Amino acid sequence: MKLALGPLLYYWPRQATLDFYANVADSAADIVYLGETVCSRRHELRLDDWLEVAGMLAAAGKEVLLSTQALIESESDLKTLRRIVAQRDFGVEANDMGAVRLLAEAGRQDWVAGPTLNVFNPITLELLRESGARRWVMAPEMSGEALGALQAGLPQALETEVFAWGRLPLAHSARCFTARHFNLQKDTCEFRCLGMSEGILLRTREGEPFLTLNGVQTQSARVYNLLGDLPAVRERAQVLRISPQGEHTAAVVDTFRAALDGRIDPAGALAASAQWMNEAPCNGFWHGRPGVEQYVAA
Amino acid sequence: MTIPPKNGQRIELVCPAGSLPALKTAIDHGADCVYLGFKDATNARNFTGLNFDPASMREGVDYAHRRGRKVLLALNTYPQAHNWSDWTAAIDRAAEMGLNAVILADPGLMAYAAKTHPNLRLHLSVQGSATSYEAINFYHERFGIQRAVLPRVLSLAQVEQVIGRTPVEIEVFGFGGLCVMVEGRCALSAYATGESPNCNGACSPGKHVRWEQTPKGMETRLNGILIDRFDDGERAGYPTLCKGRFDVNGETYYAIEEPTSLNTLELLPTLARAGVSAIKIEGRQRSPAYVAQVTKVWRAALDRVMADADNFAVQPAWMAELNKVSEGQSHTLGAYYRPWK
Repeated sequence: MKLALGPLLYYWPRQATLDFYANVADSAADIVYLGETVCSRRHELRLDDWLEVAGMLAAAGKEVLLSTQALIESESDLKTLRRIVAQRDFGVEANDMGAVRLLAEAGRQDWVAGPTLNVFNPITLELLRESGARRWVMAPEMSGEALGALQAGLPQALETEVFAWGRLPLAHSARCFTARHFNLQKDTCEFRCLGMSEGILLRTREGEPFLTLNGVQTQSARVYNLLGDLPAVRERAQVLRISPQGEHTAAVVDTFRAALDGRIDPAGALAASAQWMNEAPCNGFWHGRPGVEQYVAA
Repeated sequence: MTIPPKNGQRIELVCPAGSLPALKTAIDHGADCVYLGFKDATNARNFTGLNFDPASMREGVDYAHRRGRKVLLALNTYPQAHNWSDWTAAIDRAAEMGLNAVILADPGLMAYAAKTHPNLRLHLSVQGSATSYEAINFYHERFGIQRAVLPRVLSLAQVEQVIGRTPVEIEVFGFGGLCVMVEGRCALSAYATGESPNCNGACSPGKHVRWEQTPKGMETRLNGILIDRFDDGERAGYPTLCKGRFDVNGETYYAIEEPTSLNTLELLPTLARAGVSAIKIEGRQRSPAYVAQVTKVWRAALDRVMADADNFAVQPAWMAELNKVSEGQSHTLGAYYRPWK
């Protein structure tokens, strides 16, 4: 079982981002996804910078992939996408069907079907495998049971990655909700999301943490946490994705490694992980329930 | 000037039909096409009391075809391994009943349709989240889709860019409820209720809704989560998750989107010149009266713009009619207008 660090979904200052990945080089993560997937206006690191980070991590023995933007809008977005597809040093995570088209056209066999491609059945996944995908990331809203049924229907197995830790990326929009919060338009947003280590918390009118505003992306407020479900998860997934957070990401990776190696039991891992979460945990999606729930089997 | 439409076709007016009476109303008031769904999770408006059983669909298709209009079947949710055959059976029925096209989001289903019913016309649903010509051309090359419905995220210039780089006809939303999120890329309802647009064809479904009069006002909840609270003087709206008022850094406001409708009447000449093939009206969950009102206005506007785009002007009476049926009695140009973003 491998551990992957998903793409950084927040916008951190350049030095903070570089420092974070310098630490990742020494971490227990096996796979690292890099690049800006949320907003094309974010530019503390440009593609050349990401390629440099990728080289550093590859030299440290990590499997490195470049993730493409989830919502492609402009010709300039497509230009970046084409550059990512054209480089051959690193694998690519395809996060929209435009990326799939370009990767297949380039004859690449080293790409990963990302979590925003809406793969929900074996027929669609087999189409992507035939187009060169060598791994796929399950959409977080899919349940473990549905995953099992999908895998049983595949003519040929494909490595499965499951989102196992972090605020859930729930939605993408053309609108920037961070800019909206500051009464700014997206085109003149003053980069207000820069330096918010984990976005802005949105609460209900009775004060309950509900969602996280991260620019054009909306996340859960709760932290999706499958540490307590590892025995079932590891039967179906070969890679677990940990989504980078403001602090303690390396400790989270270590906790997963310890749990997978049997040095700590799932209940103990879940309990230990409380100190790495700023909000309550949830795991409902894995159990086929509302994602916000923390489900414990009776 | 008269508009030279792409592929020599006029701009089609595509209207919602949540029921047989709505379908007949849309046809009677000038829709070129109606779109509809079966009474199950195979379409993105899987609401109680809506949609068609095979008998009513047969009658609806007959009603439209006798008048020279088209019927499109929305099968735009994502099937899973355990219910795959429900979706393929729906495609088989659509082909057998002579529907003019099926609107699909799932690539696997497109492959099935293209192989099993090579003469069945395929449209890419807005739920497919294809926002660039590269993505649209993927579906065209692989499955021969002939039309794509664009998510409500692109500006006018971006819509124009897409049209110029694809052989696929482009349909855009003209009027109706506004998804602020990219369609097909929103799991907010799944997060709160367990039912998602992608897999269940439902967003903020009614069975999870509670209306409760409290000392603080009328509260609306979705699966227990407080979506909004209304003072006595305020009109309490349906708790669609993204259109509630929330608290962000101590400020309570519509943090995601106001209850409002998309209305692009004033953009019609620009959309026509850009080469849009069809305008879609949202609202299969709305009444036949809504369908009548909206179809009538849009028919008149489309006829006017196709006859003389240069001298097109939005009639105040049209706007007045449309505002009556708009969500929150207000409207927006949405993402077509950059400052909205």
